[in-house]
Amino acid sequence: MCLSIPSKVIKLDLERNVATVDTMGVKREAGLELMEEGDVKLGDYVLLHIGFIMNKIDEEDALESLNVYKEILEKLDEQERQELIEKDDNCQNRGK
Amino acid sequence: MADLTLKDLYDGFRNPNVIKGLTKLINEEAKKLPHSINIMEVCGGHTHSIMKFGLLQLLPQNINFIHGPGCPVCIMPKERIDHAYILSMQKDVILVTLGDMIKVPGSLGSLQDARANGADVRFVYSPLDTLKIAKENPNKKIIFFAIGFETTTPMTTALIDVVLKRRFKNILFHINHVTVPEVMIELIDSRDEHVDSYNNRIDAFLGPSHVSVITGSKIYEQFPTKYHRPVVVAGFEPVDVMEAILMIVRQFNEGRCELEIEYKRSVSYDGNLKAQALIENYFEKTDLFKWRGLGNVPDSGYHLRPEFSDIDAEKIYANILPRKEIEDHKLCICGDILRGMAKPDECTIFGKACKPQSPLGSCMVSSEGACAAYYKYGNLLK
Repeated sequence: MCLSIPSKVIKLDLERNVATVDTMGVKREAGLELMEEGDVKLGDYVLLHIGFIMNKIDEEDALESLNVYKEILEKLDEQERQELIEKDDNCQNRGK
Repeated sequence: MADLTLKDLYDGFRNPNVIKGLTKLINEEAKKLPHSINIMEVCGGHTHSIMKFGLLQLLPQNINFIHGPGCPVCIMPKERIDHAYILSMQKDVILVTLGDMIKVPGSLGSLQDARANGADVRFVYSPLDTLKIAKENPNKKIIFFAIGFETTTPMTTALIDVVLKRRFKNILFHINHVTVPEVMIELIDSRDEHVDSYNNRIDAFLGPSHVSVITGSKIYEQFPTKYHRPVVVAGFEPVDVMEAILMIVRQFNEGRCELEIEYKRSVSYDGNLKAQALIENYFEKTDLFKWRGLGNVPDSGYHLRPEFSDIDAEKIYANILPRKEIEDHKLCICGDILRGMAKPDECTIFGKACKPQSPLGSCMVSSEGACAAYYKYGNLLK
């Protein structure tokens, strides 16, 4: 029950203390009661939990993680290529 | 650097190739492990992810998972559910709670049963929906039956805040919020002399995702220092879980025992201070809160501060709410499962007398319970 969904803030109604967020195409309202005044801005990524915004997702940290994963993939690709070349070099069936 | 998109936040952390890459790294790193390790994922959301994405099958033999007690619905004792049932049966009461509570059986039945017996029980998506129900039913008492860990606690206090500031006169609260660090301590260092927690097999903790968003990682500080268990706070996505496992394995290989955050994009050391202040304002700790399957855990629950007793349903209806303890089902081994002494499929009633449709034990109650997750996805393990 602690799941919450990354969403993007697309509208702010400060009078009602409510934001409208986009959760992969579904739009809904979320309360700002748990956020400091002025902290949430249009375009921010946030986590939504049972009708409230509970935090802002740090874009820089998210991108940093994604970059680390990209590097892991590139390294593994390189390793696999290397292994294929070695396998081919040592192939017993060559010339048969 | 390219701009982040919402799609990146979903797909980036579920990318099967990245999971494959991390699997390889974990398997290489695990070869160097000095001994096999048991990692407890405290949170039911992690249990669900681990089972749903088949992560156990990707891990080497020397890394095991112990599924923790972090499903607030599962650990709700029958006594508290009976409270909800009894309150809902009062003539002038509408009982409001989150949808997760529908099926959970107490000794009198579930809230679904109460509804079939004429009670007015409303299951809502958000605590704020209670306000609309209260406005539409001015002559009824609306009782919000509040459940959940630190993730959900501030949402209840936000509702209390609105109720008091806007002077709603017909909304009361029955508080059942519980906290994570205290139950983690209970598992590795129980103060109950009847519990042999020194035999627990937990070597490290995967820290909860969204509990930690609210509390910050600071609440786990004592685990590496005082209890010598590393903690890595991880997100719920499969890539997050795999990266956190790699971080834990590296700690063992490098002889470190630390608190680390994998889920940096959402969790900070301090957490959401405004949410913490709201909790502090309205709640105080209960000496003992009974956890289904585990028994009484010191300081692990909240109740309303005495100055708010005029909205405290537990006080107002004290004369009709029983205080007697109810035993767990005799054949149920949820307590052992939650302590990592047994796996769900080792229970004699698992999948037979105890199923998700008719749960007897706490871990079968919600899809985030270890038994329910094994029931749904466990065939993949064979």
